[in-house]
Amino acid sequence: MYGFSTKYSRRRLVVLASLLAAAATVTACSAPGADPESPGDSAAPARTELGTEPITLEMYAETGFPLAKALADEFTKQHPNVTFNVREDQFTVIVENAPRVLASDNAPDVIRLPTMVDLVKDGLLKNLDPYFTAYGWDTFPASQLVQLRVAEGGRPRGTGSLYGMGLGYSVTGVFYNKTLAERVGMTQPPATIAEFEDLLAKAKTAGVQPIMQFNKNTAGVNFPHQALQNQFGDPAQIADWIFQKPGATFDTPAALKATQTIQRWARAGYFPKDANALDYTAMMGEFQKGNGLFMFNGDWESGTLDKSTSGNVGFFLFPTEAGGGRHVAMSAPNTFGVGAKAKHPDAAAFFLNWVHTNAKAREISVTVGGSHPGGPSDLAVPAVAEGSVLAQTLKASQQLGSENGAVDFTANATGGIFAAAITPEMQKLVAGQQTPEGYVKAVQAEYEKELSR
Amino acid sequence: MTSAAGSARTSRATDHPSPVRPHRPRWGRTARWSGWLYVLPAMLMYAVFVLRPLALTFQYSLYQWNGIGVARWAGLDNYLTVFTDSDLLKIISNAFVLIIFFSLIPVALGLLVASLVRRISAGPFGTAVRTILFLPQVIPLVAAGIAWSWLLSSNGLVNQVLGAVGLGGLARAWLGDFDTALPAVGVIGAWVLLGLCTILMVTGMSKIDPALYEAARIDGAGPVREFFAVTLPSLRHEIGVCLTVTVIAALASFDIVYISTSGGPGLQTTVPGLEIYRLAFSQRQVGLASALAVVLMLLVLACVLPIQRLTREDKG
Repeated sequence: MYGFSTKYSRRRLVVLASLLAAAATVTACSAPGADPESPGDSAAPARTELGTEPITLEMYAETGFPLAKALADEFTKQHPNVTFNVREDQFTVIVENAPRVLASDNAPDVIRLPTMVDLVKDGLLKNLDPYFTAYGWDTFPASQLVQLRVAEGGRPRGTGSLYGMGLGYSVTGVFYNKTLAERVGMTQPPATIAEFEDLLAKAKTAGVQPIMQFNKNTAGVNFPHQALQNQFGDPAQIADWIFQKPGATFDTPAALKATQTIQRWARAGYFPKDANALDYTAMMGEFQKGNGLFMFNGDWESGTLDKSTSGNVGFFLFPTEAGGGRHVAMSAPNTFGVGAKAKHPDAAAFFLNWVHTNAKAREISVTVGGSHPGGPSDLAVPAVAEGSVLAQTLKASQQLGSENGAVDFTANATGGIFAAAITPEMQKLVAGQQTPEGYVKAVQAEYEKELSR
Repeated sequence: MTSAAGSARTSRATDHPSPVRPHRPRWGRTARWSGWLYVLPAMLMYAVFVLRPLALTFQYSLYQWNGIGVARWAGLDNYLTVFTDSDLLKIISNAFVLIIFFSLIPVALGLLVASLVRRISAGPFGTAVRTILFLPQVIPLVAAGIAWSWLLSSNGLVNQVLGAVGLGGLARAWLGDFDTALPAVGVIGAWVLLGLCTILMVTGMSKIDPALYEAARIDGAGPVREFFAVTLPSLRHEIGVCLTVTVIAALASFDIVYISTSGGPGLQTTVPGLEIYRLAFSQRQVGLASALAVVLMLLVLACVLPIQRLTREDKG
């Protein structure tokens, strides 16, 4: 029995090995990957008419954010010859799928984009410069589109050709629970970081959870971290690092001070004890239940919070260190781009222009998306209910725009920085397993590793 | 079929003009050929969906490639990274810690439970026990992961029970705590795999000749002696299968970890399966991911082949 089974399995092994070898020789002839394609046909004339021919635009959008679908529906209502085929996925899934979907023959015309740098490098995105000229997008504030520009070859970002547009331009800051704010004696939003910390301490003493923040799956504590970092130094330094400008580093006094502050807050118990086990959904649930005085988040939740807490939530931009002065906050477009292999790039660009300029579309951007609709500076922002948190975030967005204080998220610096460094290291920091110095160095080390590839 | 067999017969006849014992070889040869024909479709599927991806993975592991652009030859650099990167080594060691929870505990507990329920295994109560124990195996791992992350959350049932019995001081976010996250994930795996192991053991025990137990009794063996002298040796095969399946489940774990902790906090619960997926699809390092996958495959083989050998060898 034993002899037979070994002999048998040995023979099977030989067969297996030879098959494997055959397969290897067949596949090993050429290196994987496509030949570099010729760069997108950016010189082709951009058509700004939609035409009357019936077409279907392929759209790849984010699950849980109904804005894209709402805009598509309204567009079809106004232009019945254009219908949309919408595919939705979670953002992380889009991040994973985008390169392959864009490289396929059935590339989407309009796609929600993760970090665009790699996609531009691989020639997967349509260069929108011709449309920029044709539609006169130069009437938009330049700062609105700066994050969507990528230099030739993918580096640095923030300069070069335009590769995306925003379906709304979001702003981040601090949401607060009005009832709890009253209880800790907060009569108006804090004007300095010291005042903010004072409120945290008061909340802790009053038995109120000072900050409700998630830190599971992805590092939600990176929101307050960057909010601090933005104030402690020159935001241009942060922008340079995010845009991968040569010589930029995360290892700065501002980042270190921010990290030290986060460590202090974590030790003082200002974050939930189980932050590392709280995901985004759980955080939203807890905050809406009234658990937590503050929550660092973005205006995409304004509509939800208005509805679920019936106006019990307010919003402010994170204060500056000394009070007054220019506010700096993370603010990023809800980026959508056009696939280089898209079948209807002209119609897709027409749609993107319509989103920014059509009155009804702008209204949908605000009411459904909760964010500033962008577009030319002289177009009015649609009105919303006075006293709502949506009105507050919109006002904050305009204030940030006029103070030129928008910076992108550090999490967007490279494709892998958030998952590979910021998230695990931030989880360690909050749990007391990492020092501030170690955190800053670890993030920078991963950044350099990725850029060297 | 007939034509294939016929042609095989004619060609054989021309190849060997003077066959010795013409009848049996001819019949054997034809049967062998037609046998291959039967397995050909399966072999094709196997080659296309198993061997080709395997070969491709090995090929990718020798390149630096983002999955889309042009690949750059990297030689064995990716393997060097796997064996020198401290994070990756920690991730691999996590998988070995999981073996304790995914393999050793379910197999040991499975043996214990099986010998307890052996006597009642025939009755309706035995069926109920088997069904209940096997249930975790039927539930999708994702659902199990979600249910357990609720149980183990900071205000979940586990902590409520601890609080109720006066052990509130022990309560914590089990899956978010640096010290308890990996064991907590392990417990989920043990719960899932215990049923499988128990069922296999119970089945194995039902095949043991009752006369052996009787003989042991007559020789004055107690239940413990009986277990070690009769039950355990007779279950060698079943234990082998259990260990093989569960060790593979531990080393190649993905679903439970992905759902319950996503590898956090820090890298505390990150396992090779999860890291391969992250490297390939989120960080777009297809080469390094493939190298880690090849290493993982070799590790699995290195663990499983000795188990197979030890438990298959029949002295009789």
